[in-house]
Amino acid sequence: MDNTTHAPSHSAHPGYGTFIKVWVALLVCTFALVGLAHLGQGPAVWGLLTLTPLKAGLVFYFFMHLKYEPPLLKVVVLVTLGTLLIFFALLFADVAFR
Amino acid sequence: MTTQPSYLDYTGNGTGLKAWLTSTDHKRVGLLYLYSMISFFLVAVGIGVVMRLVQLYPFQHLVKAQTYNALFTLHGVIMIFLFVVPGLPAIFGNFFLPILIGAKDVAFPRLNLASWYFFMAGAILAILSLFTGGGAPDTGWTFYAPFSLKTGTNISLAVFGAFVLGFSSMLTGINFIVTIHRLRAPGMTFFRMPLMAWALYSTSWIQLLATPILAITLVLVILERFFGIGIFDPAKGGDPLLYQHLFWIYSHPAVYIMILPGMGAISEILPTFCKRPIFGYKAIAFSSMSIAGVGSLVWAHHMFTSGMSEFANMVFSLLTMIVAVPSAIKVFNWVSTLYKGSIDFQPPLLFALTFIFLFCIGGLTGVMQGALAINVHIHDTYFIVGHFHYVMFGGTGFALFAALLYWFPKMFGKMYSKRAIYASWLPLFVGFNMLYFGMLILGMMGMPRRYYVHLPQFHWMHVFATVGSWLLVLGLLMYFGTLLYAIFRGKKADANPWGGVSLEWTIPSPPPLENFETIPTITTGPYHFAEEEK
Amino acid sequence: MTHVHRDDFGSRLGMWLFLVTEMVLFGGLFIAYSAMRHRYPMEFHHAGAELNAVLGITNTVVLLTSSLTVVLSIVAIQRNERSRAIGFLSTTLGLGFVFLIIKGFEWAAKFHHGLYPNSAHLATLPPGEQVFFGLYFSMTGLHGVHVIAGMGVLAWVLGMVVKGTVNADKYVHLENAGLYWHLVDVIWIFLLPLFYLAA
Repeated sequence: MDNTTHAPSHSAHPGYGTFIKVWVALLVCTFALVGLAHLGQGPAVWGLLTLTPLKAGLVFYFFMHLKYEPPLLKVVVLVTLGTLLIFFALLFADVAFR
Repeated sequence: MTTQPSYLDYTGNGTGLKAWLTSTDHKRVGLLYLYSMISFFLVAVGIGVVMRLVQLYPFQHLVKAQTYNALFTLHGVIMIFLFVVPGLPAIFGNFFLPILIGAKDVAFPRLNLASWYFFMAGAILAILSLFTGGGAPDTGWTFYAPFSLKTGTNISLAVFGAFVLGFSSMLTGINFIVTIHRLRAPGMTFFRMPLMAWALYSTSWIQLLATPILAITLVLVILERFFGIGIFDPAKGGDPLLYQHLFWIYSHPAVYIMILPGMGAISEILPTFCKRPIFGYKAIAFSSMSIAGVGSLVWAHHMFTSGMSEFANMVFSLLTMIVAVPSAIKVFNWVSTLYKGSIDFQPPLLFALTFIFLFCIGGLTGVMQGALAINVHIHDTYFIVGHFHYVMFGGTGFALFAALLYWFPKMFGKMYSKRAIYASWLPLFVGFNMLYFGMLILGMMGMPRRYYVHLPQFHWMHVFATVGSWLLVLGLLMYFGTLLYAIFRGKKADANPWGGVSLEWTIPSPPPLENFETIPTITTGPYHFAEEEK
Repeated sequence: MTHVHRDDFGSRLGMWLFLVTEMVLFGGLFIAYSAMRHRYPMEFHHAGAELNAVLGITNTVVLLTSSLTVVLSIVAIQRNERSRAIGFLSTTLGLGFVFLIIKGFEWAAKFHHGLYPNSAHLATLPPGEQVFFGLYFSMTGLHGVHVIAGMGVLAWVLGMVVKGTVNADKYVHLENAGLYWHLVDVIWIFLLPLFYLAA
């Protein structure tokens, strides 16, 4: 196993442009979120539930290079998020029905 | 045979204590854990004996009531955080995981040594908490809020110790997962890995996914005690039940951190002494993963009487019943492995079979508690204490004893006296069952746990259990005495004293510094006995 | 005897597994937050109005930009443009300082208004609002600790870039430090709507 995985293993690195575009998208999402929050509680919660995960997803997928990594790392992240979601759901089996 | 010196003789890293404290060799780190944990274990056993003596002479004020509270807290904290949780993974995982998968070391050897230092730092902090601040913690090992927020004893330092120990546990988990993914020998596919490696893999995942919840909960307790943030404090709108939820989100899966590597070790021992492949290899491998998965979803069965919602009670009762299924799958497979095997009855097998027996009692009493109606009756009684010790001591403890007997010749290159081990088994087994079955009965009768005194009708059974505890201690002393003697005076052991076929038996005893002269290429599954090829 | 063993993917896997623990660590806090918000919806709404949304949004932009410069520094290193990489990394560190300074002003204002745990003023507010501020200080505080830790790691890697031990051939340390910084950013992405936009 020793000598098989030397040097940078991901091929064809993305350039500056890709990441700057992602950054612009993140800023747009942020201001959309702020705008929604001003429309009232309902839209604010919807913004929280959709735009925030979207932003986090962009950072994970592009900035943290998940797009360019093998499946294993994607699985690691999904397992973690799935676990947290289940913890959350089971806690609410108590909190929401108390 | 080999040009490399054994890891015990290697002096390139200096000699004496320095060679041990600075060595990143996974085998030496494993032994560091072994020595420190057995010491903690014996201290906690001593505390347990004192508690039994208090119950033998109630109202005689052997110790003060406050001291008794400190004693059961200490016994729990030491046993759980310093012995059972890190036990098998840190000792045998470190020593054997790289060997079992055909690697020279773990993926991050320096991080591995650092984990041991975190472990010791956490232990020292926990010990310091006894003598500083307001004195020894008296909350029980669960640190339940709001009492842990209000008590004058030194909770903050003890909790910080547990936090540091959690860090050690997480780093070990990271190390093992990367090791298994990246350092398997050529041809060692996932389904050719020994089951111990599977068990360690699933354990490591629980360590990663559950331990941080404990860490943050303990941080919140510390913040609460210093700054009064109010999240668990009902006076400020906080919710003590939230503490219980967060605590058990970690601490229930922690039970599986404790037992899974034990099950892995048993799955290694049985094929070797039956001289046939394990029955249902994939079923055992997958049941390890599903125990890890489902076991993370049952935490609130510790809270059935806490005032949680009825709906949650039902959900968690159901999930608790489900987790019994993969555990039962393992037991059936172990027993089936024995069937028609050519059984070689050696000490490790004796302890492995004892494990299966005691674990069945522990597991089945656990299913009883999963039923809501019974749970209300036996909640917070000695029944819980008895059940817990059947699983953790009868299960993990005996698995660790079995694993130590199995791998001792490999680790030290010495063989112990088998007779002395057989002799130690008898008081261990009899004492264990007297003590903890006595507790199960006491609990059914209604004796609450953690009480300083008891009603007269419980006394005869307390006497019975206390006598059992003496036998148990006698057995422990004989067991560890035999092994200690063998380290210094034991006969030299062969490379393969048991006729095992997994990778650790292909290298000399004790193993050379880098385990393998040349990394082996794997072409078969892990339990490929010659008889089976006919 | 000493075999040279190098496994960049293994290092990144290790880092990601460490990030798993960080995600779960903050996950525990987010779970606590949601349980409390479910219990005290109105109180969270009122207490959220006390926070300065402009400062929160500014800090979001600061952190997002700092995340961008980290990832750009990796591109620069891959292209062997060392001075650019140093420039990008220094920008990140600078933005980290800006974030902490803004955070400091924000916390100072809260203390000035008597809105801190165990304060006499906070004790007069409804229980739900007390919990809100308890969570606010715990979560932003813990996040702040992570920002400081991340800056320490980035400064260390910056040193290695300057020395040349992190270079176009071997830059996994920079990648891992970047991963940590991005995660700190992701956590802030969640903190913004949960606290500053809760009103």
